[in-house]
Amino acid sequence: MTCLPAPSAKKLGLVIDLDTCVGCQACATSCKEWNTQGYSAPLTDANPRSADPLGTWLNRIHGYEVKEADNENSRIVNFPRSCLHCETPACVTVCPTGASYKRAEDGIVLVNPDVCIGCKLCSWACPYGAREYDYSHGVMKKCTLCVDRIYNENFVEEDRVPACVKACPTGARHFGDLGDANSKVSKLVAERGGYDLLPEMGTKPVNKYLPPRARRDATTLPPESLPKGDGSAIDRLFAWADGLLGGKQAAPRSTKKTKG
Amino acid sequence: MGAQPNIATSPKTWDEIKTTTCYMCACRCGIKVYLKDGTVKYIEGNRDHPVNKGVICGKGASGIQQHYSPSRLSKPLLRVGERGSGEFREIEWDEALALATDWLGAVRKTDPKKLAFFTGRDQSQGLTGWWASQFGTMNYAAHGGFCSVNMAAAGLYTFGGAFWEFGEPDWHHTKYFMLFGVAEDHGSNPIKAGLGKLKARGAKFVSLNPIRTGYSAIADEWIGVKPGTDGLFVGALIHELLAAQKIDGEYLVRYTNSPWLVIENPGGADHGLFARDKDGVALVWDGSKKKPAPHTDGAVNPPLMGRFKLPDGRKAVTSFQLIAERFLGDDWSPDTVAPQCGVPADTIRRIAAELARVAFEEQIELDIPWTDHVGRKHDKMIGRPVSMHAMRGISAHANGFQTCRTIHLLQIMLGTIDVPGGFRYKAPYPKPIPPHVKPAGKSGQVKPNTPLPGPPLGFVMSPEDLLVDEAGNPLRLDKGFSWDAPMSSHGMMHMVTTNAALGDPYNIDVLFMYMANMSWNSAMNVPDTIKYLTAKDEKTGEHVIPKIIYSDSYASEMVYYADLILPDTTYLERWDCISMLDRPISEADGPADAIRQPVVEPDRDVRPFQTVLLDLGARLGLPAMVKADGSPRYPGGYSDYIVNHERTPGIGPLAGFRGEDGKSFGKGAVNPDQLKRYIENGCHWYYELPDEMKYFKHVNKAYLEWAVSFGFLGNTEPIIHQLYCEPLQTFRLAAQGHGKVIPPDRHKQRIETYFDPIPFWYPPFEGEMVEKDAFPMHAVTQRPMAMYHSWGSQNTWLRQILGRNWLYMARSKAKELGVVDGDWVTVTSHHGKIKAPVKLMDGVNADTVWTWNAIGKRSGAWALDKDAPEAKKGFLLNHLISELLPERGGGYRYSNSDPVTGQAAWYDLKVRIEKAADQSDESAPQFPSVKPLPRTT
Amino acid sequence: MNPAYSVLLFTTASGAGYGMLALLGLTGFSHGPASSMAFALVSMVIALGLITVGLLSSTFHLGHPERAWRAVSQWRSSWLSREGVAAIITYGPALLFGAVWSGLIDAPQLIAPLGLFTAVMCAVTVFSTGKIYSTLNTIRAWNQPLTVPVYLSFALASGAAVLMAVAVIFGRFQTFQLALGASALLLIAVLKFLYWKAIDNAPRDRTMANATGLGAGVRQWELPHTARNFIQKEMGFVVARRHSEKLRALFFILLAIVAAAYGACLISPWFALIAAPVLLFAAWVERWLFFAEGEHVVTLFYGNQQA
Ligand SMILES: Nc1nc2c(c(=O)[nH]1)N[C@H]1C(S)=C(S)[C@@H](COP(=O)(O)OP(=O)(O)OC[C@H]3O[C@@H](n4cnc5c(=O)[nH]c(N)nc54)[C@H](O)[C@@H]3O)O[C@H]1N2
Ligand SMILES: Nc1nc2c(c(=O)[nH]1)N[C@H]1C(S)=C(S)[C@@H](COP(=O)(O)OP(=O)(O)OC[C@H]3O[C@@H](n4cnc5c(=O)[nH]c(N)nc54)[C@H](O)[C@@H]3O)O[C@H]1N2
Ligand code: SF4
Ligand code: SF4
Ligand code: SF4
Ligand code: SF4
Ligand code: SF4
Ligand SMILES: [Mo]
Repeated sequence: MTCLPAPSAKKLGLVIDLDTCVGCQACATSCKEWNTQGYSAPLTDANPRSADPLGTWLNRIHGYEVKEADNENSRIVNFPRSCLHCETPACVTVCPTGASYKRAEDGIVLVNPDVCIGCKLCSWACPYGAREYDYSHGVMKKCTLCVDRIYNENFVEEDRVPACVKACPTGARHFGDLGDANSKVSKLVAERGGYDLLPEMGTKPVNKYLPPRARRDATTLPPESLPKGDGSAIDRLFAWADGLLGGKQAAPRSTKKTKG
Repeated sequence: MGAQPNIATSPKTWDEIKTTTCYMCACRCGIKVYLKDGTVKYIEGNRDHPVNKGVICGKGASGIQQHYSPSRLSKPLLRVGERGSGEFREIEWDEALALATDWLGAVRKTDPKKLAFFTGRDQSQGLTGWWASQFGTMNYAAHGGFCSVNMAAAGLYTFGGAFWEFGEPDWHHTKYFMLFGVAEDHGSNPIKAGLGKLKARGAKFVSLNPIRTGYSAIADEWIGVKPGTDGLFVGALIHELLAAQKIDGEYLVRYTNSPWLVIENPGGADHGLFARDKDGVALVWDGSKKKPAPHTDGAVNPPLMGRFKLPDGRKAVTSFQLIAERFLGDDWSPDTVAPQCGVPADTIRRIAAELARVAFEEQIELDIPWTDHVGRKHDKMIGRPVSMHAMRGISAHANGFQTCRTIHLLQIMLGTIDVPGGFRYKAPYPKPIPPHVKPAGKSGQVKPNTPLPGPPLGFVMSPEDLLVDEAGNPLRLDKGFSWDAPMSSHGMMHMVTTNAALGDPYNIDVLFMYMANMSWNSAMNVPDTIKYLTAKDEKTGEHVIPKIIYSDSYASEMVYYADLILPDTTYLERWDCISMLDRPISEADGPADAIRQPVVEPDRDVRPFQTVLLDLGARLGLPAMVKADGSPRYPGGYSDYIVNHERTPGIGPLAGFRGEDGKSFGKGAVNPDQLKRYIENGCHWYYELPDEMKYFKHVNKAYLEWAVSFGFLGNTEPIIHQLYCEPLQTFRLAAQGHGKVIPPDRHKQRIETYFDPIPFWYPPFEGEMVEKDAFPMHAVTQRPMAMYHSWGSQNTWLRQILGRNWLYMARSKAKELGVVDGDWVTVTSHHGKIKAPVKLMDGVNADTVWTWNAIGKRSGAWALDKDAPEAKKGFLLNHLISELLPERGGGYRYSNSDPVTGQAAWYDLKVRIEKAADQSDESAPQFPSVKPLPRTT
Repeated sequence: MNPAYSVLLFTTASGAGYGMLALLGLTGFSHGPASSMAFALVSMVIALGLITVGLLSSTFHLGHPERAWRAVSQWRSSWLSREGVAAIITYGPALLFGAVWSGLIDAPQLIAPLGLFTAVMCAVTVFSTGKIYSTLNTIRAWNQPLTVPVYLSFALASGAAVLMAVAVIFGRFQTFQLALGASALLLIAVLKFLYWKAIDNAPRDRTMANATGLGAGVRQWELPHTARNFIQKEMGFVVARRHSEKLRALFFILLAIVAAAYGACLISPWFALIAAPVLLFAAWVERWLFFAEGEHVVTLFYGNQQA
């Protein structure tokens, strides 16, 4: 039901590392393939071969360009965006049917496809564009935090993670309990200054984003160069090479150049 | 309504899980395929697999849509309309195979080389190459020549490994990683996982790339180098390190040919060759005895530098002295190269200092005792944690071979090859430098109804190994191993269509292709390629390329230009073998290979190409493919071959589970249950080397002995890095008139210039040959991470992600040109013109424009709507890239390739950009739409 | 926001219906039994007709109209649910009122309470509709104190206009109706003027920088997909500033025409037959703009620098 349950101690969510994400789309397509046969099933693709295909996806990767210094080399930041499983999700309270709800035990926000009337109001209420309406099924779809994986007894323990997290080749996606200050994810957020998207909207996202690290290049590092003695470089190198033999270079010393 | 619904949190959406190997790209990760009622439901990475350890990529996770793609071919096709019209008749396999046998048989009994058999990024080159030599034609190659042979050749001629799949950075220990010109690469998931590890450890990641996307986007430092100039940048780093003596002297003396003595006898036939003893062993100087000694004598500690007089009076100098003399020259100073490569001199100096600091002050020591090739015991493994990787940003330029050698020189001077934290070999590498395989196909070796005496591809050591006639003209259709490109170890696939059509060096009877989209994104100069494929002889009215046989799984652009189409299965419907005789998937920690098993049965009348090839081989009576009684040797098809074929006794396609009991590895008798054992083991086999063998493999006694026992190496000779590359010098000498095989005059200048045994830099050709101001910009492509060449666009999921491409340009440059975001521009090269839409960004070298590779599609192909954005808005740069360079003096047109290896120089493209007069929302050129093929839609 | 026609029709038609119904209720409350059964029945039918057409059309844009009944369940949290509940409840008193007021049922003592109750329920329903929009903080142009008053005043003004037209036909035109219509007209003109002033001056202080957390130097590079998606279709709808200025002007011109028609009613009440449709059209234009000018914060993830 769409009155929010009492805040759960357990707050399952994702932590996404923008410093590591290369934008490979693995999390997007893994999400699609798992969920098209999972709790949100199916995620349809209208007119797939046409000039204007329209598919339902629960996770999409945006690309932003970030200009830090006033120079030409802005950096590209790949930015995966899915449901943030907010603590006070407007998408839930506006729902007239109770189809949209936040689970009391772990805070996962879900849509009950058997009850949803497809009024789309929840998608208007979500600030993050995390809900996608499935035209061919007339119901709203959204990230389920892979609720049908993370507790799934048919998987070995280590595979009980969201499909996108299992897939991510760079390890940029972390899943865990953000309600537990000692969890791996909470520590990560503390260390790396994980942040909320659009905090002013008051939705209190559970998912956190880790910012790109400061670059280590000419814009941040002082110039430095290798010390060079004086005299001809080749002579110095020769002397050094000589040193390798304990200084008793027996050969006639010559650095005369010849055309190779 | 009250309580929240209770939902099934442990659904079992499958009834069966099968392991196999992914083939959404050539990285070949292990996957688990979830099936329900025989249909594929879900594909995930296999945790136990050495390559991907459980992860999967954007392509791999879309495999379902590839497997069920509406563009799959469904039955053999015979062309009935004009080539390119798309009018085909479905035929039965018997008819198809009979036809193919006729066509091929006729060629074989007259002149086998009139068959040109070329394959794309297939992974059964062990089989296809062997088939070609059994057939008797040397006109065989896979995609390597237009892909990255520069990396393979430079590596294999320098240190017996290569960036290209034959090695990888030590992701666990490296503290400083430099990536040159990589957007995605074959090590797709391993590189991503590796970068993740570096990030977690806080190691520094520097990316040299004119474009700052993908991997470069997360680099700690991005260096937007000007295309084609990396050699200068790396040379300047070498200059700095030499000038400060920040090099690993001990490594150079012991493990490289730096101290070897090079004869100095300008003009003489021996000039620039190594001084050797009577057994041909290269000599070093023994300071204590004041005379030369064989470099194999572990007792001598030879000088790294110096000039000496040999007992026979000749002058000799250590090869390192020559290298040092070159790179200490002012033309390599940071200040000199900075303006050319667009990297500030300060940055070059700083990077040099960082490299030196990490290599020599942050060295790591693993407490693993080991013994080197001459028996010296080392109580630990000393690592210089600097690693590098490079791919097509380096190789796809006409100076790629020498530039890649320059990078290897840098790695080796820092003592970072196969040390902890450095760049590590993957089994079966290291190999002897170069591998002891020479290309077959010399005059007299190609005879009717006779196999070649060896494989069509290999490694030349000197002009004697070239495939040229007495006049010095090429024997191969693609002009591989000729004076045009002597060290073209992977052939030159990009020249096949053109040469066959122009009859230069000669015409052929049958063009047989497999898994290569050669009428589109894989061809240089698409418009003419299409003309060549359809060209007819005025007199006879016959096609200039009389017969074209092609095997594809999908309705690709190439299918439309074939006469006979042999439809292949999808990767989930067949047996495949990822063999160490081919392109290994080994890890640095140990050898690995893998198989594909059919996880579902084809629902169409298609057959696995490898099985078809063996069938054809048997029908043609190719000796190794028939029994004494003429019956097929591998009646069971490819899986039969995988298990029972032996390259040499005890060595077959798969190294795992050999021997009757399945207990022996590497070498061992045929094991009838081998495939079963592989399946039980998750469709792969991996052996982790003992610690003492994990590093210094090239000179590690224990490893070398194991490698011999395993069949990787013929003997325990150490693999001494060849910084000075003597084989190159033999070609130079030939150009100066020495030796038995001399180049024709028109080639002499070129051979003498580019076959420098010491790495150097020269500007890529196209840029030098065209009018500079007329074509001021570089134009390159990048691999999109979620698309594999042409195959991705037919994928219902992937095409939503990237259904069209843009021409990306620097904002600063756009301002100059008066172009704004979204404008359509014309892109003009010396060869052609296209119209494309522009997108602006900052993170791109201002003199460079780029786009995603292979997104543009032929309208109607791939069972896509004829107005699909891929066709109407998408575009290819290929139309602008000429496979031939502009004429030189004498009118001869060399191929647009590296002069040493023949690698296609895709990224030498220079263009001019202007706002298009016609701003209509459609790219140009547009080719006529092709009809849907029977039953693909 | 994408102006879906079903929703436009719903809010305009049902708005007018509830406005008219409320006025009928108040008439009964103050004047007792209707003077003509015909007039009473026709006007009741028209009012409830407008309401019903509106409500039905609002179900057209549902993915599962057959489940619409579920929408009443969440009245505790959802204004959409409350609107549904109120709408349904209203039918009860409204029908009874119609019956007794017109005289079908003879219970004059019930007219006043039923009339008042009906009027109140109409107000509650329209109020809830307004609340659905005004409580969405994702769309600044809706999340305004004036949104609810605008919805209420539009219901009143359009209801009044329709009622007047019906009255004229039945020869029951009275100048106080004109006075009411005219003042309601003035009210929407003023409120809408203030509303537009408010949204034009509202700071667009939600930024891509905050949405992505990537700082002031952030700009869109690649959209997630080259193919369109639901979010772009539903929330990516933008109306050009110039275009919306034109429509705003058109809106006021329409109001002026209505005003003129009202004035002319002093000469001949039949001009009310012009005023009503013109006002309904004005309401339609206003609703279209209400959606089109509603800029959703999600656009910040799709290239919009501010919202
Ligand atoms: N997802 C995906 N993966 C693939 C493929 C695919 O199609 N899709 N293709 C596979 C194949 S066949 C191959 S060969 C590999 C190739 O893998 P890559 O080597 O990554 O190939 P490219 O995408 O061509 O990347 C070339 C990079 O070099 C840069 N570059 C161009 N010129 C220069 C230069 O002069 N200097 C430097 N430093 N950089 C330069 C370009 O900007 C680009 O980033 O990828 C394989 N993996
Ligand atoms: N402009 C530009 N052009 C380039 C490059 C570039 O960077 N820029 N890169 C070059 C490089 S490195 C390479 S390797 C080439 C790629 O060259 P290709 O190997 O030709 O690339 P693909 O487009 O993958 O074409 C392979 C064909 O194999 C088919 N295929 C896919 N799966 C199967 C299968 O299971 N069986 C069979 N029989 N066929 C199958 C596909 O349908 C497709 O027609 O492109 C080259 N072209
Ligand atoms: S899978 Fe990981 S690296 Fe790839 S896009 Fe998603 S988060 Fe980024
Ligand atoms: S992200 Fe959007 S859909 Fe997800 S919980 Fe928050 S508001 Fe609801
Ligand atoms: S679309 Fe479905 S889930 Fe969303 S608000 Fe309407 S009923 Fe609730
Ligand atoms: S958690 Fe599951 S549903 Fe959510 S984005 Fe990841 S894969 Fe998709
Ligand atoms: S990297 Fe290549 S092989 Fe590995 S999962 Fe992705 S597509 Fe498959
Ligand atoms: Mo390639």
